[in-house]
Amino acid sequence: MSAIKDIDVKEGVDQETVDAVREVGGEYKYGWNTEIEMEYAPKGVNTDIVRLISDKNEEPEWMTEWRLAAFSRWENMQEPNWAMVSYPKIDFQDQYYYARPVSMIEKPKSIHDVDPKLLATYDKLGIPLKEQMILAGVEGAEDAPTTPRKVAVDAVFDSVSVGTTFKDELKKVGVIFCSISEAIREYPELVKKYLGSVVPVSDNYYATLNSAVFSDGSFVYIPPGVRCPMELSTYFRINAENTGQFERTLIIADKGSYVSYLEGCTAPKRDVAQLHAAVVEIVLEEDAEVKYSTVQNWFPGDEDGNGGIYNFVTKRADCRGDRSKVMWTQVETGSAVTWKYPSCILRGDDTQGEFYSIAIANNHQQADTGTKMVHLGKNTKSRIVSKGISAGVAQNTYRGLVSMHPKAKSSRNYTQCDSLLIGDKCGAHTVPYIEVKNNSSRVEHEATTSKVDDEQLFYCRQRGMDEEEAVALVVNGFCKDVLQALPMEFAMEAQQLVAISLEGSVG
Amino acid sequence: MLKIRNLKVSLEEEEKQILKGVDLTVEAGKVHAIMGPNGSGKSTLSYVLSGRDGYEVTDGSATLLDKDLLDMEPEERAASGLFLAFQYPVEIPGVGNMTFLRTAVNGQRKARGEEEMSAADFLKEVRAKAKILKIDADMLKRPVNVGFSGGEKKRNEILQMAMLEPKMCILDETDSGLDVDAMKLVAQGVNALRDEGRAFLVITHYQRLLDHIKPDVVHIMADGRIVKTGGPELALEVENNGYADILSEVM
Repeated sequence: MSAIKDIDVKEGVDQETVDAVREVGGEYKYGWNTEIEMEYAPKGVNTDIVRLISDKNEEPEWMTEWRLAAFSRWENMQEPNWAMVSYPKIDFQDQYYYARPVSMIEKPKSIHDVDPKLLATYDKLGIPLKEQMILAGVEGAEDAPTTPRKVAVDAVFDSVSVGTTFKDELKKVGVIFCSISEAIREYPELVKKYLGSVVPVSDNYYATLNSAVFSDGSFVYIPPGVRCPMELSTYFRINAENTGQFERTLIIADKGSYVSYLEGCTAPKRDVAQLHAAVVEIVLEEDAEVKYSTVQNWFPGDEDGNGGIYNFVTKRADCRGDRSKVMWTQVETGSAVTWKYPSCILRGDDTQGEFYSIAIANNHQQADTGTKMVHLGKNTKSRIVSKGISAGVAQNTYRGLVSMHPKAKSSRNYTQCDSLLIGDKCGAHTVPYIEVKNNSSRVEHEATTSKVDDEQLFYCRQRGMDEEEAVALVVNGFCKDVLQALPMEFAMEAQQLVAISLEGSVG
Repeated sequence: MLKIRNLKVSLEEEEKQILKGVDLTVEAGKVHAIMGPNGSGKSTLSYVLSGRDGYEVTDGSATLLDKDLLDMEPEERAASGLFLAFQYPVEIPGVGNMTFLRTAVNGQRKARGEEEMSAADFLKEVRAKAKILKIDADMLKRPVNVGFSGGEKKRNEILQMAMLEPKMCILDETDSGLDVDAMKLVAQGVNALRDEGRAFLVITHYQRLLDHIKPDVVHIMADGRIVKTGGPELALEVENNGYADILSEVM
C-alpha cells in the first residue's frame, strides 16, 4: 500500500483540494507559540513557592494553610507506578510552577482590557473570547440545528485565567461562572464547603501536588432548579516552556439544576516534555444533572517521541443527591502520556453515572485511561463505553473499576470496551476490575479487539474512496457511539481530530 | 470495454496458481456470464480485476477502456468505471449507508476531477433509485450492511452500483443466498441499468440467475481457464447436464 503522504497530484484535481488534503495530513495544528512577556516564579516547588502562588492569587489565610497542608503531605508520597506507561523520571524541582503574562499582573477589568496578544491566541485556536453568538450549524450535518447559540468561555493561559465571557448574563439567573482564584476571593463559603470534598487532598500523588500548587481553573455554581442557559466551557492553553499547568475546576450543581460543560486543551510543540496535573471536582445535589465533555488535544510529542505533555489528571463526580446524573464524555487524542480516570461516586439512591471515551494514541503516545464507577446507593446505574485506538508504536490501556457496595442493592453496570489496532507494532490492553458485594446487582462486561479490517478497507476503496478516506470512515464509525454523546460543535471537531490523528497510520 | 489476455495469477502467501491464462473480451453494451464449478477461479478473477490484496499477477494483462487495470490502486479502478458487487458484502458498523454512498460517489468524482454532488441532488437521486429496489428510508439510514438480511445486502450492492454508474459491472455470485423473489428484485435492478455504454460480467454457479438477467455470451471456466464459450444455450446445457459433460469434452 502506498503511503498517504505521497499524494500523487493527478491532472484535473484542483489545487485547493490537494492543499486541503495536505493540510489535514500535516503536523499538530496547535503547536505554535505566543511570544509574550511572562512573569515566572523561581523553578521548583517548596513551601515558599506554595505561599507565593497563594499570594499572587490574593488568597485568604485558610486557603494558604490548606495548600501548605497538602504540600507537606505530598512530600512524603511516592509517585504511582502501576499504570501501563513508561517515561523518564520527572524532576519536580526542574519545573516552573507559576507563569503568567506580565500584562495580567494588573487584572483586566473586563475582557475588553485583555492584552490583544492573548485574545489573538484564542482567536487563532478558534475560541471566541468575545460575547458573541456561535453558529452551531455545520456543513454536511443536515439535521443539525442552525440556530445561533451562546457558549460562555473561561480561558486559562499557563497559570492564570485571562477572562471569562457572559459572566454578567449568567449572573442574572444566579449562575456563577468565574476563575477559581476569583471564587476563592469572592465566594469563600462555597469554595470552603466543597473544595476537596470530592477529591480529598490525600487522594493521590498528583491530586495532592495539585492541591498545593494549583494556580487557577474554573468555578461553576448552578443554583437550585436552574437550567444553565448556555454551555459553559474552559479552554486550557499551556504556552510557557518548562512550565507545569496545575488547574483546578470545581463545579457545583445544586438541587434540580442542569449544566453542560466543555473543556478543551492545546499546547505548543516543545522538545522537552511538560507536566499537566489537573483536578476536576463535580458535586451533584438531588436531581441535578451535569454533562462534562473533554476534547483533550495536548501536544503529543513528535514522531520520535520527543516532547509532549505528561497528563496526570484526577476527575471525579460525586452524585450526593438522589436521582442525580453525571455523564463524562472524553475524546483523548493528545498528550505523550495520559493517566486519567474520570469517576463517578454514585452515593445517592437512583443516581446514574455514564462514561464515554475515545482514546486515540499514535506514534509514541501512551494512554492509560478509564473510569471508576463506585455504586453506594440503591438502584444506581452506570454505563461505560470506551473505545481505544492505537497506531504507530503507541500503547493504549483501558483501566476501569466497577464497585458495587453492600447497600447498592439492585444496581447495574454495563461496560463495553473496544480496542482497535492499526498496524502491528502498537498495543491495546483492557484491565477491568469488578467488585460486587451484594447479590441483587448486575455487572456486564464486554471487550473486543479488532484490527481495522482489510475487508472493510477494500470494500470502501472498491467503491472509490482513497485509503485515507476509507480509514477515517471506518474509524469514525467505530467511534460514533462516543461522538454522539458530544455537543454538536465538539463532535465536528472530534471527527476531524480522528481523521488527522490516524493519517498515514495504515500499512 | 474489458480485455483480459493470458492472465496468470498466483496466491501471494502460498505458491499456488489459481488463474492459468485467462482470455476474455467483454464489449460495451453486452452481458457476459461466467459459469463454472467451485474452485475454478471465478471469484479470484473478480478480485484480481478489482485490485484486492493477496494475489500476484505472474503474466498477462487486463485493460479497461484501454487503461492498464493491474497498474492501478483499487479506488483508481473504481473511478475508471469498474464496479464489483461482492459475494459477501462487508459490514461497516457506525457508518450510515447514506454517508457511505455519498463518500463513495464524491470520492470517484473528485478522482475524475468532477464537481462533487450537492447534498440535495444526492438525496433526490438516492431516493429515486432506492425505490426501484424497494429499499426504504430506514435501510438508507442504518449502518452499512449491519443486520441486513441476505436479500437486503444484495439489493444494497445494486443500489451502490446504480448510484456510482460504473461502465464495467462485475457481479460475483450475486444470486447466492437469495430466494426467488429477492433474486427477481435484484435482476430487475440490474436490467434497469443495462445500457449501450455499460457492460456486465455475471459470475454465477447456477443457471437460474441467467433466467432473469439474460446474457449475450456464456463462458465456462474450469481449473483457472475459460474452457468453452457460447450463447445463452450453453447455460441451459449446464443446467441440464451439469459441468461434468462439458468438462470431459474439452479437457
